[in-house]
Amino acid sequence: MFSNKDVLETIAMVKEEHLDIRTITMGLSLLSCIRDTAEETAAKVYDLVCSKAENIVKTANDLSAQYGIPIVNKRVSVTPVSLICAAFPEKAPLIGKALDDAAATLGIDFLGGYSALVHKATAEYERTFIRTIPEVLANTQRLCASVNVGSTKSGINMEAVKLMGEIFKEAAFLTKDKDGIGAAKLVAFCNAVEDNPFMAGAFHGVGEADVVVNVGVSGPGVVKHALEQIPDADLTEAAEMIKRTAFKITRAGQLVAKEAAKRLNAQFGIVDLSLAPTPAMGDSVAMILEELGVGVVGGHGTTAALAMLNDAVKKGGVMASSRVGGLSGAFIPVSEDIGMIKAAEAGQITLDKLEAMTCVCSVGLDMIAIPGDTPATTIAAMIADEAAIGMINNKTTAVRIIPAPGKKVGDQVSFGGLLGRAPIMPVHGCDSSRLINRGGNIPAPIHSFKN
Amino acid sequence: MRAVVTVTGKDRKGIIAKVSGFLAEKGANIEDISQTIMGEYFAMIMIADMSEAKEEFSVIAAACAELGKQIGMSIYLQHEDIFNAMHSI
Repeated sequence: MFSNKDVLETIAMVKEEHLDIRTITMGLSLLSCIRDTAEETAAKVYDLVCSKAENIVKTANDLSAQYGIPIVNKRVSVTPVSLICAAFPEKAPLIGKALDDAAATLGIDFLGGYSALVHKATAEYERTFIRTIPEVLANTQRLCASVNVGSTKSGINMEAVKLMGEIFKEAAFLTKDKDGIGAAKLVAFCNAVEDNPFMAGAFHGVGEADVVVNVGVSGPGVVKHALEQIPDADLTEAAEMIKRTAFKITRAGQLVAKEAAKRLNAQFGIVDLSLAPTPAMGDSVAMILEELGVGVVGGHGTTAALAMLNDAVKKGGVMASSRVGGLSGAFIPVSEDIGMIKAAEAGQITLDKLEAMTCVCSVGLDMIAIPGDTPATTIAAMIADEAAIGMINNKTTAVRIIPAPGKKVGDQVSFGGLLGRAPIMPVHGCDSSRLINRGGNIPAPIHSFKN
Repeated sequence: MRAVVTVTGKDRKGIIAKVSGFLAEKGANIEDISQTIMGEYFAMIMIADMSEAKEEFSVIAAACAELGKQIGMSIYLQHEDIFNAMHSI
Protein backbone atom coordinates (compact mmCIF):
# COMPACT_ATOMS: atom_id res chain seq x y z
CA MET A 1 0.00 0.00 0.00
CA PHE A 2 1.19 3.48 -0.78
CA SER A 3 1.70 6.21 1.77
CA ASN A 4 0.46 9.79 1.81
CA LYS A 5 3.96 10.87 0.84
CA ASP A 6 3.79 8.64 -2.25
CA VAL A 7 0.48 10.22 -3.27
CA LEU A 8 1.81 13.75 -2.93
CA GLU A 9 5.02 12.79 -4.76
CA THR A 10 3.08 11.44 -7.75
CA ILE A 11 0.94 14.56 -7.93
CA ALA A 12 4.02 16.79 -7.78
CA MET A 13 5.63 14.77 -10.57
CA VAL A 14 2.68 15.44 -12.83
CA LYS A 15 1.88 19.01 -11.86
CA GLU A 16 5.33 20.45 -11.35
CA GLU A 17 7.81 18.17 -13.11
CA HIS A 18 6.05 17.41 -16.41
CA LEU A 19 5.63 13.67 -15.89
CA ASP A 20 3.50 12.38 -18.71
CA ILE A 21 2.74 9.44 -20.90
CA ARG A 22 4.27 10.85 -24.05
CA THR A 23 2.43 8.67 -26.47
CA ILE A 24 0.03 5.79 -26.89
CA THR A 25 0.88 4.38 -30.29
CA MET A 26 -1.25 1.72 -31.89
CA GLY A 27 0.69 -0.49 -34.28
CA LEU A 28 -1.39 -1.85 -37.16
CA SER A 29 -0.52 -4.46 -39.74
CA LEU A 30 -1.57 -3.38 -43.22
CA LEU A 31 -0.61 -6.65 -44.89
CA SER A 32 -4.24 -7.72 -45.17
CA CYS A 33 -5.01 -4.54 -47.13
CA ILE A 34 -3.03 -5.45 -50.25
CA ARG A 35 -5.28 -5.53 -53.33
CA ASP A 36 -4.74 -5.63 -57.10
CA THR A 37 -4.64 -1.89 -57.55
CA ALA A 38 -3.28 1.06 -55.60
CA GLU A 39 -6.72 2.66 -55.47
CA GLU A 40 -8.36 -0.39 -53.89
CA THR A 41 -5.45 -0.84 -51.50
CA ALA A 42 -5.62 2.82 -50.42
CA ALA A 43 -9.36 2.53 -49.73
CA LYS A 44 -8.83 -0.60 -47.67
CA VAL A 45 -5.95 0.99 -45.74
CA TYR A 46 -8.10 3.99 -44.84
CA ASP A 47 -10.94 1.75 -43.63
CA LEU A 48 -8.69 -0.51 -41.59
CA VAL A 49 -6.88 2.32 -39.80
CA CYS A 50 -10.12 4.18 -39.09
CA SER A 51 -11.86 1.11 -37.70
CA LYS A 52 -9.04 -0.44 -35.64
CA ALA A 53 -7.92 2.86 -34.12
CA GLU A 54 -11.41 4.36 -33.87
CA ASN A 55 -11.33 4.66 -30.07
CA ILE A 56 -7.70 5.54 -29.51
CA VAL A 57 -8.27 9.21 -28.69
CA LYS A 58 -11.25 8.59 -26.41
CA THR A 59 -9.50 5.74 -24.61
CA ALA A 60 -6.39 7.83 -24.05
CA ASN A 61 -8.45 10.73 -22.71
CA ASP A 62 -10.42 8.43 -20.37
CA LEU A 63 -7.25 6.83 -19.02
CA SER A 64 -5.67 10.22 -18.57
CA ALA A 65 -8.64 11.35 -16.46
CA GLN A 66 -8.78 8.10 -14.51
CA TYR A 67 -5.15 8.04 -13.47
CA GLY A 68 -4.62 11.79 -13.35
CA ILE A 69 -1.63 11.64 -15.65
CA PRO A 70 -1.52 13.44 -19.00
CA ILE A 71 -1.34 11.36 -22.17
CA VAL A 72 0.11 13.84 -24.59
CA ASN A 73 -0.01 12.14 -27.98
CA LYS A 74 -2.14 9.51 -29.62
CA ARG A 75 -0.53 7.94 -32.64
CA VAL A 76 -0.64 5.07 -35.10
CA SER A 77 2.20 3.18 -36.73
CA VAL A 78 1.73 0.88 -39.70
CA THR A 79 3.52 -1.80 -41.68
CA PRO A 80 6.26 -0.22 -43.85
CA VAL A 81 4.25 1.12 -46.78
CA SER A 82 6.88 0.07 -49.33
CA LEU A 83 5.79 -3.53 -48.67
CA ILE A 84 2.11 -2.76 -49.18
CA CYS A 85 2.65 -1.19 -52.58
CA ALA A 86 5.53 -3.30 -53.92
CA ALA A 87 3.43 -4.08 -57.00
CA PHE A 88 2.74 -0.41 -57.78
CA PRO A 89 5.44 1.65 -56.03
CA GLU A 90 4.95 4.71 -58.23
CA LYS A 91 1.45 4.97 -56.80
CA ALA A 92 2.60 4.80 -53.17
CA PRO A 93 1.54 8.45 -52.62
CA LEU A 94 -2.07 7.26 -52.83
CA ILE A 95 -1.47 5.08 -49.77
CA GLY A 96 0.29 7.99 -48.07
CA LYS A 97 -2.70 10.23 -48.70
CA ALA A 98 -5.10 7.56 -47.37
CA LEU A 99 -3.05 7.24 -44.18
CA ASP A 100 -2.90 11.00 -43.68
CA ASP A 101 -6.66 11.24 -44.21
CA ALA A 102 -7.21 8.45 -41.68
CA ALA A 103 -4.99 10.25 -39.15
CA ALA A 104 -7.06 13.42 -39.62
CA THR A 105 -10.31 11.48 -39.19
CA LEU A 106 -9.05 9.88 -35.98
CA GLY A 107 -7.78 13.19 -34.60
CA ILE A 108 -4.27 11.84 -33.91
CA ASP A 109 -1.17 13.98 -34.28
CA PHE A 110 1.18 11.69 -36.23
CA LEU A 111 1.01 8.45 -38.16
CA GLY A 112 4.29 6.68 -38.89
CA GLY A 113 5.23 4.00 -41.35
CA TYR A 114 5.70 5.56 -44.76
CA SER A 115 8.84 3.50 -44.59
CA ALA A 116 11.22 1.20 -46.38
CA LEU A 117 13.70 -1.33 -45.01
CA VAL A 118 16.72 -1.42 -47.29
CA HIS A 119 19.52 -2.22 -44.86
CA LYS A 120 21.10 -4.82 -47.12
CA ALA A 121 20.15 -3.70 -50.61
CA THR A 122 17.61 -1.55 -52.38
CA ALA A 123 15.08 -3.46 -54.43
CA GLU A 124 13.77 -1.68 -57.52
CA TYR A 125 10.30 -1.11 -56.01
CA GLU A 126 11.92 0.34 -52.87
CA ARG A 127 14.02 2.76 -54.91
CA THR A 128 10.87 4.02 -56.61
CA PHE A 129 9.06 4.16 -53.28
CA ILE A 130 11.81 6.14 -51.52
CA ARG A 131 11.78 8.69 -54.35
CA THR A 132 8.12 9.43 -53.54
CA ILE A 133 8.89 10.38 -49.91
CA PRO A 134 9.63 14.13 -50.32
CA GLU A 135 6.50 14.80 -52.35
CA VAL A 136 4.33 12.79 -49.95
CA LEU A 137 5.73 14.59 -46.89
CA ALA A 138 5.10 17.94 -48.58
CA ASN A 139 1.49 17.03 -49.38
CA THR A 140 0.51 15.51 -46.05
CA GLN A 141 0.24 16.90 -42.53
CA ARG A 142 0.55 13.99 -40.13
CA LEU A 143 2.43 11.31 -42.00
CA CYS A 144 6.01 10.38 -41.00
CA ALA A 145 8.54 8.50 -43.10
CA SER A 146 11.61 6.45 -42.28
CA VAL A 147 14.19 4.37 -44.11
CA ASN A 148 16.46 1.77 -42.53
CA VAL A 149 19.79 1.98 -44.37
CA GLY A 150 21.92 -0.36 -42.31
CA SER A 151 22.09 -2.94 -39.55
CA THR A 152 24.69 -4.72 -37.47
CA LYS A 153 23.78 -7.98 -39.21
CA SER A 154 23.85 -6.71 -42.78
CA GLY A 155 26.23 -3.75 -42.83
CA ILE A 156 25.42 -0.39 -44.40
CA ASN A 157 23.75 -0.01 -47.78
CA MET A 158 25.71 2.94 -49.14
CA GLU A 159 23.51 3.30 -52.20
CA ALA A 160 20.57 3.93 -49.87
CA VAL A 161 22.70 6.30 -47.78
CA LYS A 162 23.50 8.35 -50.87
CA LEU A 163 19.86 8.36 -51.93
CA MET A 164 18.74 9.50 -48.46
CA GLY A 165 21.10 12.49 -48.64
CA GLU A 166 19.17 13.61 -51.71
CA ILE A 167 15.79 12.76 -50.17
CA PHE A 168 16.46 14.94 -47.10
CA LYS A 169 17.42 17.86 -49.35
CA GLU A 170 14.34 17.45 -51.49
CA ALA A 171 11.98 16.94 -48.54
CA ALA A 172 13.24 20.23 -47.05
CA PHE A 173 13.15 22.04 -50.39
CA LEU A 174 9.54 21.05 -51.16
CA THR A 175 8.49 22.52 -47.80
CA LYS A 176 10.71 25.60 -48.00
CA ASP A 177 7.83 27.91 -47.06
CA LYS A 178 7.69 26.09 -43.69
CA ASP A 179 11.43 26.06 -42.90
CA GLY A 180 11.81 22.62 -44.48
CA ILE A 181 9.46 20.81 -42.09
CA GLY A 182 9.24 17.89 -44.53
CA ALA A 183 12.71 16.79 -43.40
CA ALA A 184 11.58 16.96 -39.75
CA LYS A 185 9.11 14.15 -40.49
CA LEU A 186 11.77 11.90 -41.98
CA VAL A 187 14.32 9.58 -40.33
CA ALA A 188 17.20 7.52 -41.69
CA PHE A 189 17.92 4.60 -39.37
CA CYS A 190 20.51 1.97 -38.69
CA ASN A 191 19.14 -0.98 -36.67
CA ALA A 192 15.58 0.40 -36.74
CA VAL A 193 13.33 -1.20 -34.13
CA GLU A 194 9.94 -2.60 -35.06
CA ASP A 195 8.03 -1.55 -31.96
CA ASN A 196 9.12 2.06 -31.48
CA PRO A 197 6.17 4.24 -30.38
CA PHE A 198 7.98 7.55 -30.93
CA MET A 199 7.85 9.67 -34.07
CA ALA A 200 9.03 10.31 -36.64
CA GLY A 201 10.57 6.84 -36.77
CA ALA A 202 7.67 4.61 -35.71
CA PHE A 203 6.58 1.77 -37.97
CA HIS A 204 4.91 -1.55 -37.29
CA GLY A 205 7.25 -4.47 -37.95
CA VAL A 206 6.13 -7.50 -39.92
CA GLY A 207 6.97 -9.75 -36.97
CA GLU A 208 4.37 -8.03 -34.81
CA ALA A 209 0.75 -8.96 -34.05
CA ASP A 210 -2.10 -7.42 -36.10
CA VAL A 211 -3.00 -4.76 -33.54
CA VAL A 212 -0.58 -3.74 -30.82
CA VAL A 213 -0.45 -0.95 -28.28
CA ASN A 214 2.98 0.47 -27.49
CA VAL A 215 3.42 3.22 -24.95
CA GLY A 216 6.17 5.80 -24.67
CA VAL A 217 6.77 7.34 -21.25
CA SER A 218 8.74 10.43 -20.54
CA GLY A 219 9.81 12.60 -17.66
CA PRO A 220 13.13 14.43 -17.94
CA GLY A 221 11.76 16.97 -15.44
CA VAL A 222 11.13 14.26 -12.84
CA VAL A 223 14.68 12.95 -13.14
CA LYS A 224 16.13 16.44 -12.88
CA HIS A 225 14.02 17.19 -9.81
CA ALA A 226 15.14 13.96 -8.13
CA LEU A 227 18.79 14.84 -8.78
CA GLU A 228 18.26 18.34 -7.36
CA GLN A 229 17.45 16.71 -4.02
CA ILE A 230 20.97 15.21 -3.82
CA PRO A 231 23.26 17.95 -5.15
CA ASP A 232 26.37 16.61 -3.41
CA ALA A 233 25.88 12.91 -4.11
CA ASP A 234 28.60 10.99 -5.93
CA LEU A 235 27.79 9.53 -9.32
CA THR A 236 27.06 6.06 -7.96
CA GLU A 237 24.31 7.53 -5.81
CA ALA A 238 23.12 9.74 -8.67
CA ALA A 239 22.83 6.69 -10.94
CA GLU A 240 20.85 4.91 -8.25
CA MET A 241 18.49 7.86 -7.92
CA ILE A 242 17.93 7.97 -11.70
CA LYS A 243 17.23 4.23 -11.70
CA ARG A 244 14.66 4.52 -8.93
CA THR A 245 12.97 7.45 -10.65
CA ALA A 246 12.93 5.64 -14.01
CA PHE A 247 11.31 2.68 -12.28
CA LYS A 248 8.41 4.78 -11.03
CA ILE A 249 7.89 6.49 -14.37
CA THR A 250 7.92 3.20 -16.25
CA ARG A 251 5.44 1.65 -13.84
CA ALA A 252 2.98 4.39 -14.75
CA GLY A 253 3.58 3.56 -18.43
CA GLN A 254 3.11 -0.14 -17.86
CA LEU A 255 -0.21 0.44 -16.11
CA VAL A 256 -1.51 2.69 -18.87
CA ALA A 257 -0.23 0.40 -21.63
CA LYS A 258 -1.92 -2.70 -20.23
CA GLU A 259 -5.19 -0.92 -19.63
CA ALA A 260 -5.14 0.79 -23.04
CA ALA A 261 -4.43 -2.52 -24.80
CA LYS A 262 -7.37 -4.13 -23.00
CA ARG A 263 -9.79 -1.35 -23.88
CA LEU A 264 -8.63 -1.14 -27.50
CA ASN A 265 -8.75 -4.93 -28.09
CA ALA A 266 -5.09 -4.93 -28.91
CA GLN A 267 -2.07 -6.86 -27.75
CA PHE A 268 0.06 -5.09 -25.15
CA GLY A 269 3.30 -4.51 -27.02
CA ILE A 270 6.02 -2.71 -25.12
CA VAL A 271 6.71 0.22 -22.85
CA ASP A 272 9.40 2.50 -24.23
CA LEU A 273 10.97 4.43 -21.40
CA SER A 274 12.64 7.29 -23.14
CA LEU A 275 13.50 10.62 -21.62
CA ALA A 276 11.98 12.64 -24.44
CA PRO A 277 12.32 16.37 -23.92
CA THR A 278 9.91 19.05 -25.06
CA PRO A 279 10.66 22.72 -25.64
CA ALA A 280 8.89 23.50 -22.32
CA MET A 281 11.05 24.84 -19.49
CA GLY A 282 11.88 22.07 -17.02
CA ASP A 283 11.36 19.25 -19.54
CA SER A 284 14.91 19.08 -20.80
CA VAL A 285 17.45 16.23 -21.01
CA ALA A 286 20.25 18.79 -21.45
CA MET A 287 19.39 20.25 -18.06
CA ILE A 288 19.71 16.82 -16.40
CA LEU A 289 23.27 16.65 -17.71
CA GLU A 290 23.89 20.15 -16.40
CA GLU A 291 22.38 19.18 -13.03
CA LEU A 292 24.84 16.28 -12.93
CA GLY A 293 27.59 18.88 -13.20
CA VAL A 294 28.39 19.50 -16.85
CA GLY A 295 28.83 23.29 -17.15
CA VAL A 296 26.89 23.62 -20.38
CA VAL A 297 25.61 20.67 -22.40
CA GLY A 298 28.10 20.03 -25.18
CA GLY A 299 31.08 20.72 -22.93
CA HIS A 300 33.63 18.14 -21.88
CA GLY A 301 32.06 15.49 -19.67
CA THR A 302 28.75 15.58 -21.53
CA THR A 303 29.23 12.16 -23.10
CA ALA A 304 30.12 10.56 -19.77
CA ALA A 305 27.12 12.07 -18.00
CA LEU A 306 24.81 11.01 -20.83
CA ALA A 307 26.19 7.46 -20.82
CA MET A 308 25.41 7.15 -17.12
CA LEU A 309 21.95 8.66 -17.53
CA ASN A 310 21.04 6.44 -20.46
CA ASP A 311 22.15 3.27 -18.71
CA ALA A 312 20.46 4.09 -15.41
CA VAL A 313 17.21 4.87 -17.22
CA LYS A 314 17.29 1.47 -18.92
CA LYS A 315 18.03 -0.38 -15.69
CA GLY A 316 15.13 1.24 -13.85
CA GLY A 317 12.83 0.71 -16.81
CA VAL A 318 13.63 -2.96 -17.33
CA MET A 319 12.84 -3.73 -13.71
CA ALA A 320 9.51 -1.92 -13.90
CA SER A 321 7.92 -3.40 -16.98
CA SER A 322 7.26 -6.92 -18.19
CA ARG A 323 8.02 -5.81 -21.74
CA VAL A 324 10.43 -3.01 -22.40
CA GLY A 325 11.22 -2.19 -26.01
CA GLY A 326 11.36 0.56 -28.56
CA LEU A 327 14.29 2.88 -28.13
CA SER A 328 14.30 3.18 -24.30
CA GLY A 329 16.94 5.68 -23.27
CA ALA A 330 17.59 9.40 -23.48
CA PHE A 331 16.70 11.45 -26.54
CA ILE A 332 18.83 14.41 -27.54
CA PRO A 333 16.87 16.30 -30.20
CA VAL A 334 18.22 19.83 -30.52
CA SER A 335 15.09 21.74 -31.49
CA GLU A 336 12.87 19.99 -28.92
CA ASP A 337 14.98 20.65 -25.83
CA ILE A 338 15.29 24.12 -24.36
CA GLY A 339 18.71 23.35 -22.87
CA MET A 340 20.00 22.12 -26.23
CA ILE A 341 18.56 25.13 -28.05
CA LYS A 342 20.35 27.51 -25.66
CA ALA A 343 23.65 25.63 -25.95
CA ALA A 344 23.39 25.57 -29.74
CA GLU A 345 22.56 29.28 -29.88
CA ALA A 346 25.59 30.03 -27.72
CA GLY A 347 27.78 27.84 -29.93
CA GLN A 348 28.51 25.54 -26.98
CA ILE A 349 27.34 22.36 -28.65
CA THR A 350 28.51 21.23 -32.06
CA LEU A 351 27.48 18.54 -34.51
CA ASP A 352 30.67 16.66 -33.69
CA LYS A 353 29.82 16.55 -29.99
CA LEU A 354 26.25 15.52 -30.77
CA GLU A 355 27.64 12.68 -32.85
CA ALA A 356 29.80 11.56 -29.94
CA MET A 357 26.77 11.67 -27.66
CA THR A 358 24.85 9.38 -29.99
CA CYS A 359 27.40 6.63 -29.25
CA VAL A 360 26.03 6.36 -25.71
CA CYS A 361 22.36 7.33 -25.94
CA SER A 362 19.37 5.73 -27.53
CA VAL A 363 19.03 7.66 -30.78
CA GLY A 364 21.07 9.81 -33.14
CA LEU A 365 21.44 13.21 -34.76
CA ASP A 366 17.93 14.41 -34.12
CA MET A 367 16.13 17.59 -35.14
CA ILE A 368 19.25 19.47 -36.13
CA ALA A 369 18.94 22.34 -38.58
CA ILE A 370 21.86 22.88 -40.95
CA PRO A 371 22.46 25.37 -43.79
CA GLY A 372 20.17 24.85 -46.77
CA ASP A 373 23.09 24.78 -49.21
CA THR A 374 24.70 21.75 -47.54
CA PRO A 375 25.42 19.28 -50.38
CA ALA A 376 23.37 16.07 -50.46
CA THR A 377 26.59 14.07 -50.32
CA THR A 378 27.56 15.81 -47.06
CA ILE A 379 24.19 14.87 -45.54
CA ALA A 380 24.70 11.33 -46.81
CA ALA A 381 28.12 11.30 -45.15
CA MET A 382 26.50 12.31 -41.83
CA ILE A 383 24.02 9.47 -42.24
CA ALA A 384 26.91 7.08 -42.97
CA ASP A 385 28.73 8.22 -39.80
CA GLU A 386 25.66 7.66 -37.65
CA ALA A 387 24.89 4.32 -39.28
CA ALA A 388 28.47 3.22 -38.61
CA ILE A 389 28.07 4.07 -34.91
CA GLY A 390 24.87 2.05 -34.76
CA MET A 391 26.25 -0.87 -36.74
CA ILE A 392 29.43 -1.24 -34.72
CA ASN A 393 27.78 -0.67 -31.32
CA ASN A 394 24.78 -2.92 -31.93
CA LYS A 395 22.32 -0.12 -31.27
CA THR A 396 19.76 1.98 -33.04
CA THR A 397 21.02 5.22 -34.51
CA ALA A 398 19.08 7.69 -36.59
CA VAL A 399 19.44 10.92 -38.50
CA ARG A 400 16.68 13.52 -38.63
CA ILE A 401 18.38 16.57 -40.01
CA ILE A 402 16.86 19.62 -41.66
CA PRO A 403 18.81 21.37 -44.40
CA ALA A 404 16.73 24.54 -44.02
CA PRO A 405 16.21 26.08 -47.47
CA GLY A 406 17.68 29.58 -47.84
CA LYS A 407 19.00 29.60 -44.26
CA LYS A 408 22.58 29.93 -43.09
CA VAL A 409 24.46 29.73 -39.80
CA GLY A 410 23.06 32.40 -37.47
CA ASP A 411 19.50 32.00 -38.76
CA GLN A 412 16.82 29.99 -37.01
CA VAL A 413 14.04 27.60 -37.98
CA SER A 414 10.78 27.35 -36.08
CA PHE A 415 8.30 24.50 -36.48
CA GLY A 416 6.12 25.18 -33.45
CA GLY A 417 4.57 22.65 -31.09
CA LEU A 418 6.60 19.63 -30.01
CA LEU A 419 9.02 20.03 -32.94
CA GLY A 420 10.22 23.33 -31.48
CA ARG A 421 12.83 25.68 -32.91
CA ALA A 422 16.53 25.47 -33.64
CA PRO A 423 19.43 27.66 -34.70
CA ILE A 424 21.19 26.64 -37.91
CA MET A 425 24.32 24.74 -36.90
CA PRO A 426 27.53 24.77 -38.94
CA VAL A 427 28.71 21.65 -40.78
CA HIS A 428 32.20 20.79 -42.00
CA GLY A 429 32.80 22.34 -45.41
CA CYS A 430 34.99 19.60 -46.86
CA ASP A 431 33.74 17.52 -49.76
CA SER A 432 32.77 13.92 -48.91
CA SER A 433 31.29 13.15 -52.31
CA ARG A 434 34.06 10.75 -53.35
CA LEU A 435 33.30 8.49 -50.39
CA ILE A 436 29.56 8.62 -50.98
CA ASN A 437 29.76 8.13 -54.74
CA ARG A 438 31.75 4.92 -54.31
CA GLY A 439 28.49 3.12 -53.48
CA GLY A 440 28.52 -0.54 -52.50
CA ASN A 441 28.12 -1.79 -48.94
CA ILE A 442 30.08 -1.32 -45.79
CA PRO A 443 30.31 -4.98 -44.71
CA ALA A 444 28.82 -6.13 -41.42
CA PRO A 445 31.29 -6.11 -38.54
CA ILE A 446 33.00 -9.30 -37.45
CA HIS A 447 31.20 -9.33 -34.09
CA SER A 448 27.85 -9.64 -35.85
CA PHE A 449 28.61 -13.24 -36.82
CA LYS A 450 27.35 -14.97 -33.76
CA ASN A 451 25.82 -18.12 -35.21
CA MET B 1 -12.70 0.27 -7.62
CA ARG B 2 -11.17 2.77 -5.23
CA ALA B 3 -10.13 6.32 -5.82
CA VAL B 4 -7.61 8.50 -4.06
CA VAL B 5 -8.82 12.04 -3.52
CA THR B 6 -6.11 14.57 -2.76
CA VAL B 7 -6.94 18.06 -1.59
CA THR B 8 -4.18 20.62 -1.13
CA GLY B 9 -4.02 24.36 -0.69
CA LYS B 10 -4.25 27.14 1.87
CA ASP B 11 -6.22 26.13 4.95
CA ARG B 12 -9.73 27.51 5.35
CA LYS B 13 -13.02 26.57 6.99
CA GLY B 14 -15.29 23.85 5.65
CA ILE B 15 -12.98 22.09 3.20
CA ILE B 16 -13.73 18.59 4.47
CA ALA B 17 -17.46 19.30 4.55
CA LYS B 18 -17.47 20.55 0.97
CA VAL B 19 -15.41 17.70 -0.45
CA SER B 20 -17.13 14.91 1.47
CA GLY B 21 -20.55 16.35 0.62
CA PHE B 22 -19.59 16.41 -3.04
CA LEU B 23 -18.38 12.81 -2.95
CA ALA B 24 -21.53 11.59 -1.20
CA GLU B 25 -23.61 13.28 -3.88
CA LYS B 26 -21.67 11.37 -6.56
CA GLY B 27 -22.21 8.02 -4.83
CA ALA B 28 -18.65 7.64 -3.55
CA ASN B 29 -18.16 6.09 -0.11
CA ILE B 30 -15.25 7.48 1.91
CA GLU B 31 -13.26 4.68 3.54
CA ASP B 32 -10.32 6.55 4.94
CA ILE B 33 -9.28 10.12 5.58
CA SER B 34 -5.98 11.54 6.68
CA GLN B 35 -5.36 15.19 6.99
CA THR B 36 -2.49 17.41 8.07
CA ILE B 37 -1.88 21.10 8.36
CA MET B 38 1.64 22.42 7.88
CA GLY B 39 1.61 26.13 8.75
CA GLU B 40 -1.13 27.52 6.54
CA TYR B 41 -0.92 24.62 4.14
CA PHE B 42 -3.69 22.04 4.14
CA ALA B 43 -3.24 18.53 2.76
CA MET B 44 -5.94 15.86 2.87
CA ILE B 45 -5.92 12.43 1.31
CA MET B 46 -9.09 10.34 1.15
CA ILE B 47 -9.67 6.82 -0.08
CA ALA B 48 -13.12 6.44 -1.59
CA ASP B 49 -14.97 3.37 -2.85
CA MET B 50 -16.36 4.18 -6.29
CA SER B 51 -18.25 0.94 -6.95
CA GLU B 52 -21.60 2.69 -6.59
CA ALA B 53 -20.60 5.93 -8.26
CA LYS B 54 -23.37 7.56 -10.23
CA GLU B 55 -21.22 8.85 -13.07
CA GLU B 56 -18.17 7.78 -15.06
CA PHE B 57 -14.87 8.03 -13.25
CA SER B 58 -13.46 10.56 -15.70
CA VAL B 59 -16.56 12.76 -15.31
CA ILE B 60 -16.32 12.78 -11.51
CA ALA B 61 -12.57 13.47 -11.74
CA ALA B 62 -13.25 16.52 -13.91
CA ALA B 63 -16.00 17.68 -11.54
CA CYS B 64 -13.59 17.37 -8.61
CA ALA B 65 -11.06 19.59 -10.34
CA GLU B 66 -13.85 22.09 -10.97
CA LEU B 67 -14.94 22.04 -7.33
CA GLY B 68 -11.31 22.70 -6.39
CA LYS B 69 -11.31 25.83 -8.52
CA GLN B 70 -14.51 27.05 -6.87
CA ILE B 71 -13.16 26.68 -3.34
CA GLY B 72 -9.61 27.75 -4.16
CA MET B 73 -7.96 24.37 -3.55
CA SER B 74 -6.32 21.77 -5.76
CA ILE B 75 -8.40 18.60 -5.84
CA TYR B 76 -7.43 15.42 -7.69
CA LEU B 77 -9.43 12.23 -7.92
CA GLN B 78 -7.35 9.36 -9.27
CA HIS B 79 -7.69 5.60 -9.57
CA GLU B 80 -5.67 3.99 -6.78
CA ASP B 81 -3.83 1.74 -9.25
CA ILE B 82 -1.55 4.55 -10.38
CA PHE B 83 -0.11 4.83 -6.86
CA ASN B 84 0.11 1.06 -6.38
CA ALA B 85 1.94 0.78 -9.68
CA MET B 86 4.42 3.54 -9.04
CA HIS B 87 5.20 2.94 -5.40
CA SER B 88 5.29 -0.80 -4.91
CA ILE B 89 7.36 -3.53 -6.53
